[in-house]
Amino acid sequence: MAKIIRKWWPVFLLPTLVAFIIGFVIPFCQGLYLSFCKFTTINKAEWVGISNYLKAFQDTQFRSAFVFTAAFTVVSTVLINVCAFVVALTLTRRIRGTNLFRTVFFMPNLIGGIVLGFIWNILINCVLSLLGKPLLALNTTAGFWGLIILMCWQQIGYMMIIYIAGLQSIPGELIEAARIDGASARQILFRVKIPNVMPSITICLFLTLTNSFKLFDQNLALTGGDPNHATEMLAMNIYQTFYARSGPNWKGIGQAKAVLFCIMVIAISLIQLRATRSKEVQQ
Amino acid sequence: MKKLIALLLAALMVVGLFAACTDTGTESTDPAENGTPTGTEGEGTEDEGTEAPAAGGGSVYYLNFKPEQDEDWQNLAKVYTDLTGVEVTVLTAAAGTYEETLMAEMAKSEAPTLFQVNGPVGLANWKDYCLDLSGSALYGELTSDDFALTEDGAVYGIAYVIETYGIIYNKALLEQAGYTEADITDFDSLKAVVEDITARSEELGFAAFTSAGMDGSSDWRFKTHLANLPIYYEYEAEGVHAEAIHGTYLDNYRAIWDLYINNATCSPAELSAKTGDDAVSEFVNGQAVFYQNGTWAYNDVSSLGDENLGMLPIYIGVDGEENQGLCTGSENYWCVNKDASEEDIQATLDFLYWVVTSKEGTAALADEMGFVIPFKAAKETSNPLVAISEQYIADGKKSVDWCFPTMPSEEWKNGVGSALTAYAANQNDDTWAAVVTAFVDGWATEYQLANG
Repeated sequence: MAKIIRKWWPVFLLPTLVAFIIGFVIPFCQGLYLSFCKFTTINKAEWVGISNYLKAFQDTQFRSAFVFTAAFTVVSTVLINVCAFVVALTLTRRIRGTNLFRTVFFMPNLIGGIVLGFIWNILINCVLSLLGKPLLALNTTAGFWGLIILMCWQQIGYMMIIYIAGLQSIPGELIEAARIDGASARQILFRVKIPNVMPSITICLFLTLTNSFKLFDQNLALTGGDPNHATEMLAMNIYQTFYARSGPNWKGIGQAKAVLFCIMVIAISLIQLRATRSKEVQQ
Repeated sequence: MKKLIALLLAALMVVGLFAACTDTGTESTDPAENGTPTGTEGEGTEDEGTEAPAAGGGSVYYLNFKPEQDEDWQNLAKVYTDLTGVEVTVLTAAAGTYEETLMAEMAKSEAPTLFQVNGPVGLANWKDYCLDLSGSALYGELTSDDFALTEDGAVYGIAYVIETYGIIYNKALLEQAGYTEADITDFDSLKAVVEDITARSEELGFAAFTSAGMDGSSDWRFKTHLANLPIYYEYEAEGVHAEAIHGTYLDNYRAIWDLYINNATCSPAELSAKTGDDAVSEFVNGQAVFYQNGTWAYNDVSSLGDENLGMLPIYIGVDGEENQGLCTGSENYWCVNKDASEEDIQATLDFLYWVVTSKEGTAALADEMGFVIPFKAAKETSNPLVAISEQYIADGKKSVDWCFPTMPSEEWKNGVGSALTAYAANQNDDTWAAVVTAFVDGWATEYQLANG
């Protein structure tokens, strides 16, 4: 069998490779090229050099969107992972109804982002109007925390499942041995469990980090960037640059922003992967 | 086993080859099949309609902007295809996504042959794709050159619908409050009536205005349509100067906005979440007397009964406004894709000519779509709001032009809308100053960004 695989590996590789080239490599290269162009439709592009990038850097809204996105990413990544891990710990203790709880916690993840955004928009606006506070469209703070709450609600269940899988794969002997050696519950958690679920932490951090950084649907539906772009995240800023502006030069600027955005996401996830990988232990 | 795998591999390679070829394949099938297209120039006679231009081998692909009229266009396209055999495809973009859809469609090899732009600002994006229509039969049918979108002597777009907006009101409720239309002749009298209704709203059981929702489904009524009035008066006084607005009439804008938001069905702080549907339902359910919108909203409000619908000019307190009429104009223009094949262009021009001259076409535009069209063969529409707007013109009132196609960008409108919402929630001079900044400075900045 191994011999056959060695001989026929292109057959297994080809479908994925073709899909990857058509669906990713070609559009990516085209996008890269377009970021140096002035265009309205992609087949009539005129080369303008790096001026799009210069304009993107000068755009104050782009910079403030970056700050907002960064703040959001940090807060939501920490909150989601801590909460998901705590829930996972609780639900691996063999309490009654564990499966029901796991299902319920996981369910928000099955609803699409746009729908969630509108639901939470109504909920949060209701609460705000009862409290006599300005509604979401006028309230940057509420917009920020609304997004955090929404993302936590949606993502905790998903990350919880990954953590549960990680926790369940820790050999029972390890924990038993620690206990016999007189380790406290806290020591077991920090010295045995967490080092052993490090691979899960790597995955969860990667997912939450990139999801938060690339957030679009929820942002669009919950706040729409209001008030006056104050809750606009990077992806939405790019979208707005592309479609809410008139004149052909804006498309190129939006494209340049998208390329910068892509580089940022790649850089951040590479740094994170390297940092957490090094903490992983071999069983 | 090996044979099977080899077969699979071969199959895959063939599929790959096909994928690479399809793009070029479709384009090479274009060459003209039969004869030259029929010329329609100069056939100015208003014929009875059933006579339609013969098929010239091309086809029409219309990317429609107005979702309300999608079905009507589909039907009209079918009628035309039955008559002439020319294939007409109508695709309608979902509300609010026209620009996105157009961009995607125009990049395809089978691009729309007929599309729409929103005034000069929209044309800035699409000028390189628009055919000069100055020699076309369609252009010859226009009743006035005002309805052509021209730049540097070329006609890039042709308006196909004239629309009117103002303050739609419920006659029965206004009478119940003890007033008639004759009592409202300018801003002061409007204000007096509105404030009286607000003062007695408990007893009357309704408010003066529907909610001025600042949700995306409704905010254009204020950041675009209401904002048109101060711009119009400024242009009237100083001539059109789209590169920078001075904001001479912004105090009037504030006055009318105050009137809208403080005499409505809801508290001004809740406006940011109110939608267009909220305002419609409040109006239809008799919770408010006044509702700012236009002739296109007739189907939404028709349940009140034609005899109950009236329309008032939007008075903002400018001198001489007793003679002001409704706001009438057009911002939607037909454009023909220059890059389409010659047959398709001809087919498209023939189709448009048929639509605006034939019995079927004009009837569909007038009766089903409720449009007033600026073409010689136009049929009168049954929309009562249109009848009201025509009455104003017949009475010698001066219509307010639509100046909002000169607004520099969508971004400018959003900025003004945002500031208006903030002002509504917290009304003081500082928040109004933010509106003025968004209006005046925002205009200059956005104009620079769009044209610089």
